[in-house]
Order: sequence, then structure tokens, then C-alpha cells
Amino acid sequence: MTSELIDFTLVSVALLGIGIYGLAVKRNFIRMLFAIEIIINAANLNLVAFGRFLPHSGGQTLALFSIAIAAAEVAVGLSLIIVAYRMYQNVDIADFRSLKG
Amino acid sequence: MADVAFLALTVITIGSAIAALEMRSLIYGSIALMGTLGGIAGFFLLLDAPFVALFQLAVYVGSIAVLILFTVMLVKRELIFKKIEDKRRKFAGIGLMLVLMVALGAVFVDSGIKTMTTDEPSVNFRDIGADFVTYYWPALILMGLILAGSVTGALVLARRVDEENDQRIN
Repeated sequence: MTSELIDFTLVSVALLGIGIYGLAVKRNFIRMLFAIEIIINAANLNLVAFGRFLPHSGGQTLALFSIAIAAAEVAVGLSLIIVAYRMYQNVDIADFRSLKG
Repeated sequence: MADVAFLALTVITIGSAIAALEMRSLIYGSIALMGTLGGIAGFFLLLDAPFVALFQLAVYVGSIAVLILFTVMLVKRELIFKKIEDKRRKFAGIGLMLVLMVALGAVFVDSGIKTMTTDEPSVNFRDIGADFVTYYWPALILMGLILAGSVTGALVLARRVDEENDQRIN
């Protein structure tokens, strides 16, 4: 252990920034899912890093829960992409007009 | 200060995160996303959490990235290679990213965690298992139910209703 907590936290902040850039700029449904994945991984990295440096086993336990829930979220998101693609023949979210409230 | 393995993992993780969002082809983008997820697993190894690292490799790189790759293959070919993004929003997005990074980074650097190091031994994975079956058991059962429900929901959503070739009608 030669790295400090601040190093891992800064990497996590950088990943969060990249993910929010992707969510704000991209209009491709699949790319937005990539951005969400990157943000979730930044959160997991923070959980494990703080759990290591406190030290407390709750960080790793919560990270495992978070990974499992992210798997469920990706499964539902991808099936939504398939349904929307079947309806509109496109993955551009600007075309999904009937989803507008 | 950071060591060589940490710097290499940082370059791999952040570089492939940018590549995943900026590559023209969605297939190469999802392969770059695999690089990001694998880099995070490497960080978990550096943080003395090998159990979480293997879980990350099995769930993320093994199943989620492959699932994304198969979904990309279902999409039309010209959509895979077309970049769909708002040109006007691009600079605003880069500005938002930089502001967020600088602001949050300044908060973290200025806070007390800067000098935080530990000499204590890392958490044993037996403690994680004990956590799961003692304190967190309702959450564990709930998580199993959520996983089962979401996978069933995904299957129902993606099912194609094909009435002409339905076996029951013929």
C-alpha cells in the first residue's frame, strides 16, 4: 500500500466527470448506458477505497451489492433499448418522441 | 505518493473511458468499456480487495460487457458507425466536465483525507461473508428477488410477439 486515499478519490472524480460529459453530450442510447456504467464504477471505487482506509468491511459489502444491482439495471436497460429499437428502428433518443410526458 | 502500477492503471482506466465514449464505432467503444471495467478491478486489487476484484471481473467484464456487445450487434450497421451527438452541447459538456472535476477535486484535496494513510491490516473476506449472512441478510434476500424480477422483466420486455408463426395457432 503505497498509494493514498486521495489518489483513488481523484481517479473516481475524473471518471464521474467523464460519465456526466457522456450523459450530457451523447444522444445515442447505448453510449448513454456506457456513461452510466462509468459513473457506477466511480462510485464503487470510492466505496472500496474508503472501506480500505477506515478500515471497515462495510465498504466492500456495499460495493458487492452495488455491482449486483448494476447487473440488474443493465439487463433492463438493454431490453428497453431493444424494444425502442424495434419500434423506431433507431437508437437516437431524440427520435423517441412518444416517450415524452 | 502513487506507484507505477497505480499510474498505469489510471492511464488505462481513464483513457479507455474516454475512448468508450468517443470512438466512432460502437463495437470498439464497448471493447474500450471492458478496459475501464478491468482497470477498476485492478484498483480493487491495489486496495487489497481481491474478492470484490474477482466479482467485478466475473460480473462486469464477463457478463455485462458481453451483453452490451451482443446488443450492439443487433443494431443496424450504419447506426453502429454513426456518431449521434449534439454539436452545440459538446463544448458545454466539456465545460461541465472540467468544472465538476476541478470543483470536486479541490474539495477533496482541501479536506482532511489528503494525509490519510493506514497501517492496519486489510479487511478479511471472511468478514464480508459474515456481514452478508448476519447484519445484511434482509438486503441479500431482497437483492436476490430484485435480480430475479429484473431478469424476468427484461425477458418479457424483449420477447417478440410473433402471431403468424405461433405454434398454438397452427
